[in-house]
Amino acid sequence: MAKLTIQAENCKGCGLCVDACPKKILRIDADVINHKGHAPAQMTDESRCTGCGFCALMCPDCVITLER
Amino acid sequence: MIATNRPHAMTAAQTHYCPGCTHGIIHRLVGEAIDALGIEGRTIGIAPVGCAVLAYNYFNLDMTVAAHGRAPAVATGLKRANPETIVFTYQGDGDLASIGMAEAVHAAARGENITIIFVNNAVYGMTGGQMAPTSLPGQVTQTSPYGRNEAQCGLPVKVCEMLAQLDAPEYIARVAANSVKNVLAAKRAIEKAFRNQVEGRGFSLVEVLSTCPTNWGKTPKDALKWMESDMIPYYPLGVYKDRSAVVTDRT
Repeated sequence: MAKLTIQAENCKGCGLCVDACPKKILRIDADVINHKGHAPAQMTDESRCTGCGFCALMCPDCVITLER
Repeated sequence: MIATNRPHAMTAAQTHYCPGCTHGIIHRLVGEAIDALGIEGRTIGIAPVGCAVLAYNYFNLDMTVAAHGRAPAVATGLKRANPETIVFTYQGDGDLASIGMAEAVHAAARGENITIIFVNNAVYGMTGGQMAPTSLPGQVTQTSPYGRNEAQCGLPVKVCEMLAQLDAPEYIARVAANSVKNVLAAKRAIEKAFRNQVEGRGFSLVEVLSTCPTNWGKTPKDALKWMESDMIPYYPLGVYKDRSAVVTDRT
């Protein structure tokens, strides 16, 4: 079982993880704003995460931690 | 078990890079290579002048900064004075391919046992997106608003192809940070460039094609697409020189 943690406060909302996710279960929610003023990435359906780690690989800001 | 996280060789500081800039990915790959080889305590990094000038805030290493373009010369001195250290420079295309061309070429020609991470984003990022020696023909930048004019500005410098002609370099490769597949290849190339130095093999340079969404005037997603459609065809990926390879193949 993979567990994905996104440090939303440090996310710059670039969306590279959203495009990298093969299951398309990450999204940018424009209604949520972090202290940097960006809309951070969010997990929408943790049960479908396979733990491939593509999102963390493409994240330029090391905000995604993957445990499996 | 944590499968992916911030490498130990990086500090907890948040980078100043723009959203979607792949500098952050390249920083992480360098940190992962240093972690994998267990050389954190004896590695010295040299930051360039450019966006990555603040790299000393982000690496948990001894860091210094060289005058614009002179990082390979400083690396030469550091390495020769203390051969046990692992010395790497992290330079952009304005730094290495323009003002620092002489230092880079001669460090390569001497076969210095150093590692150079050359980040090519085809513009001068820090100063606002002016045309760089690596800007593509026809590319619109701040100083070429109608596109890079070949008659007036000449054609781009292809650093890997040029340095691969020299006899001394050990490893010259070009990778890209625009997709999962290419980032994994970049990770292997960067790790190899550091391992070459640990094993005393000589000069290693990895050119990493990087995005600059802000100065390209594109979203992070479109910047990755532009790299795939325009930049990679002009700057083909692959291993240009590898003296340790039994079979030379272009990844």
